[in-house]
Amino acid sequence: MKFLCLECDEAMDFAERQLPGDGTLAAVFKCPGCSREMAMLTNPMETQLVSSLGVKIGGRDVPAQPMELVRGSLEGGREEAFHEPAPPLSQDVPVPGTTSPAGAGPVVWTPEAVDRLSRVPKFVRGMVKRIYGEWASEHGIAEMTPELMDQARTELGMEGM
Amino acid sequence: MRKIRTYNQVPHGTGSELLEQVLDQQDRLVTRLSSVSTLVAVASGKGGVGKSAVTANLAAALAMRGFRVGAVDADLNGPSLGRMLGVSGMSLSDRPDGVEPPEGVQGVRVMSMELLQDAEDAPLRWREPESGKFTWQSTLETSVLREFLSDVVWGELDFLLIDVPPGTDKIGRLLELLPDLDQALLVTTPSETTRFVVSKSLRLVQEAGVGAVGLVANMTEHECPQCGHRSSLFESGGAERLSAESGVPLWASIPFDPRLGAATDLGNPLVTKEPEAASSRAILALADRVDACARSGARTR
Repeated sequence: MKFLCLECDEAMDFAERQLPGDGTLAAVFKCPGCSREMAMLTNPMETQLVSSLGVKIGGRDVPAQPMELVRGSLEGGREEAFHEPAPPLSQDVPVPGTTSPAGAGPVVWTPEAVDRLSRVPKFVRGMVKRIYGEWASEHGIAEMTPELMDQARTELGMEGM
Repeated sequence: MRKIRTYNQVPHGTGSELLEQVLDQQDRLVTRLSSVSTLVAVASGKGGVGKSAVTANLAAALAMRGFRVGAVDADLNGPSLGRMLGVSGMSLSDRPDGVEPPEGVQGVRVMSMELLQDAEDAPLRWREPESGKFTWQSTLETSVLREFLSDVVWGELDFLLIDVPPGTDKIGRLLELLPDLDQALLVTTPSETTRFVVSKSLRLVQEAGVGAVGLVANMTEHECPQCGHRSSLFESGGAERLSAESGVPLWASIPFDPRLGAATDLGNPLVTKEPEAASSRAILALADRVDACARSGARTR
């Protein structure tokens, strides 16, 4: 899919993506010639059509996680479906001052963030933990808090996880 | 009417990176499967011919021969391979580089939707919007199958078997994901109706240029356990006719044995439980044929 600025006869560049959390999506494109912007708005069905390919418009903020699509899409995922290999005792859960078990970098998790994470269904918890860790690393964030988890969830379109 | 440049006349990328992500997915799939020597699809097009039971027993038979074997249940809506290979209720090890599958009978590594669902009687449901499901469901399920293949840490395998659900379209989808499929086993029965349906699948895999194609006739005859008398379950010799018409060899004829279904349903494939049974011997011979084919014309990925 390409958007052509008819005034300039130039292909528009992707500029921004917004996921308001209701299944819809807004993708902003900008003309490199005249700087005119346009937003492509999709309804939940159209958004899902693209998501079903396992891709994200505008590219990924964090690398794709194993089984990301099925874990994020399946209704009624089994709690015991995934288990994390036992890490060293000190890294068993993300606690302040420790490294993320996923190896996503030295992100420190506050006790409140750890508590929030523990309420994520086990079916997706390991994956969500890695996504938050990688998002934090990408943003140069050293300490993960519930507020930042909210921000990451909104930015990454992870509502429901 | 003004002239607007067409898509192909606008070489400039948009930066939306959709194509790049799809190509990246394909790269991941190729990389993951590079540690698998031979990819084998067990398909039919027709339902109820015993594909999953053949897949489970063939996987176990190959493992009994000392090969490293994996099995993917591509039937997302009616998974049964996990049960048949004894991994029901087991967990997948969640690692950053992929999920490690559980090992079932004879050490066969198994991936199945059954491992992910919370209830035995749960139909496959997606959390996504109900409206317009027909527009995206098929795409989503193909993508999930791609994850089953590319996001599982298969390790070094001699054979990875893929149990393909009924429907010629399902074979087509698999071929799009795995254009370098090494072998396709098409399971049929002697019935004329099955021959009619399987012939479509046969043509599909032949046109796709699959490395090797073999027919497997299942439930060919029944041997009375009391007197040993053999009788045909079906009137016509559809499998032989299909083989003769297409030139595709019949790699195995597996006699009907109620113990095969009963044992396999309990996660104990008959080849491991009673390797001397006639149907087990046929499946073990099929394993040897699959191995011989892999040795003679194995593609390298």
